[in-house]
Amino acid sequence: MTIVAARQLTKEYVAGDITVPAIRGVDFSIEAGSFVSFVGPSGSGKSTLLNMIGCLDPPTSGSLEVVGKDVAGLRSSESARFRGEHIGFIFQDFNLIPVLTVFENIEYPLIMVQNWPVRKRRQQVERLLEAVGMQDQANKYPGQISGGQKQRVAVARALVTNAKLVLADEPTANLDRDTANRIISLMKTMRDEFDTTFIFSTHDPKVVKNAEIVFALEDGLLQTESNGQGGSHV
Amino acid sequence: MYNIFKIAARNLLRYKRRTLLTSILITLGVVAVLLFVSVSGSFKSLMVGQITDSMLGHLQVHRKGYIASIDSLPLNRNLQGKQVAKVKEVLDASPEVEAYSMRIKLGAMFSNYNETTNIRINAVNPKQEQQASPMLTGRILQGEKEGLLDKGEILVPELIAKGMKVKVGDTIVLVATNKDGLVNGQPFVVRGILESISGPGGRDGYIHLSDAKTLLRIDKPEVSEIAIRLKEMDTLPDVLANLKEALGGILNKQGKPVFEVHSWEKLSPFSKIAAMIDLMTLFIKIMLVAIVLVSIMNVMIMSVYERIHEIGTIAAIGTSPSKILALFLTEGLLLGILGTLIGLVISLLAIAGMNVSSISFDFGRQKDLLLAPVISTTDVLLVVGIVIAVAVIGSLQPAWKASRMNPITALRHV
Repeated sequence: MTIVAARQLTKEYVAGDITVPAIRGVDFSIEAGSFVSFVGPSGSGKSTLLNMIGCLDPPTSGSLEVVGKDVAGLRSSESARFRGEHIGFIFQDFNLIPVLTVFENIEYPLIMVQNWPVRKRRQQVERLLEAVGMQDQANKYPGQISGGQKQRVAVARALVTNAKLVLADEPTANLDRDTANRIISLMKTMRDEFDTTFIFSTHDPKVVKNAEIVFALEDGLLQTESNGQGGSHV
Repeated sequence: MYNIFKIAARNLLRYKRRTLLTSILITLGVVAVLLFVSVSGSFKSLMVGQITDSMLGHLQVHRKGYIASIDSLPLNRNLQGKQVAKVKEVLDASPEVEAYSMRIKLGAMFSNYNETTNIRINAVNPKQEQQASPMLTGRILQGEKEGLLDKGEILVPELIAKGMKVKVGDTIVLVATNKDGLVNGQPFVVRGILESISGPGGRDGYIHLSDAKTLLRIDKPEVSEIAIRLKEMDTLPDVLANLKEALGGILNKQGKPVFEVHSWEKLSPFSKIAAMIDLMTLFIKIMLVAIVLVSIMNVMIMSVYERIHEIGTIAAIGTSPSKILALFLTEGLLLGILGTLIGLVISLLAIAGMNVSSISFDFGRQKDLLLAPVISTTDVLLVVGIVIAVAVIGSLQPAWKASRMNPITALRHV
């Protein structure tokens, strides 16, 4: 089953009289359950592509289907709802809410986005805490845990709503090598356990090797380096 | 909703110093308003109470044109028998009326046999007057208070008593001219010395109504004014309207109205002071609104600016704009509630403290008036409501901005 399909996907930014093409008519598809990486140097368009897949930024032209829905023309409120239902996010800076504990950070999407009942919510958060190995830190605040632990919490938060797709923009950029590898391993394990598609961007070649499918981007154009199954370059 | 409150409360605690300073500002505003309202309100009600309960009454009925020429106390503008009967009939049928007093007002010469001075006299039926002006007895500084006065007795205002060196028990003579121009004199025993108070009639003497009739050689039932006391002051506008309707339509042979009805506000200059107090209270409330609005807006704008990245995160993971709006509005609401509650507690304690301390003040010639500040539940609810509403309104613009933020732009913000 295809979870992301892009056809002639283009993104241009306009600054005054200047139009800057960020993504230049790319075609690709990603199968559900894949562990995919977009790689490329800074300014290659990785983040722009992830933002479009994540319904944070609408494409200028072309078509984009995510989880079977054409997301190119969604309004902002529809995008927010779609993201809340289907997509989890992991950020480079972890982006945990500092006033909430680890438990509450993971719980946040179930309260503020999806409105789960209390008991079901607690069970789900405890399940995720266990899955990312953070049960012992549940009552700590983000300021009291390490960067690697924060990213574990972010992974749990991304998965807590049973999202079909998790997008991670440079998830290891602020972590040391060992921790970065552990986070990538964790994401892979989570993919296997929760059958979730992971798409992440990185420019670190040593992290890339963990990806099953790698899409290389340069100047907004796409090339494929497939070192596993499930990805294809159209 | 609980979770929105929880997150909002924690965000406030996150910036403790800023929250504290903003709350202090709101608290000071609330304290200033509540103390001003309570102190000015107590001063106003004290003065209004004195004016209405010790001389004017809540309403007065006169013959048309009497008030316009009241300085000369014109006897030829007295209400006559049938007119008095008509007013009595209307008043007796009004359930809001507690009491009324018929008065003859006259100007006279006051003589202690050595010196002579002018005096304004209210001639009253003591029983009626005590019911219509219950604080009048309390103004008697020297002499017997029981029964107010008897025939042949006079209550002398303290300034005249002092100036003319008369004491309780002394005999004085009142000389007056009646409406036919005939002059008559009559001796009176000083029954008591009357405290002067601010306002019209505050330095008048009192004699018995029947003595005035003898002095002025009035053989028919006639009065200068009818002072009316209501059971509840709140009913004054309604009763005034009813009286004007009932009496206003009665015309004389020339087709002109016979009666005029006035509330105490029209008869006393203090009503202007009362109106000024109300105006000052309004301005103080406007200042409070401005303080709350500016401080809350300032703190919320700062709060949104500092948390742009966080707003981007929660928007990216699917938090709806309405929930982001609610989060920031709730922060403003909680700030407003916090400042208001602290201000309310401090104000109520301060008011209680002032009452315990028995603070007194002088107003005009009146000395040692006891300041007894009170604050009504309505005023408290009004101030609390205004502050909390303004706190939410002040948060609206920053909260709206936060809710409409583009997640990408917000996430890129450093």
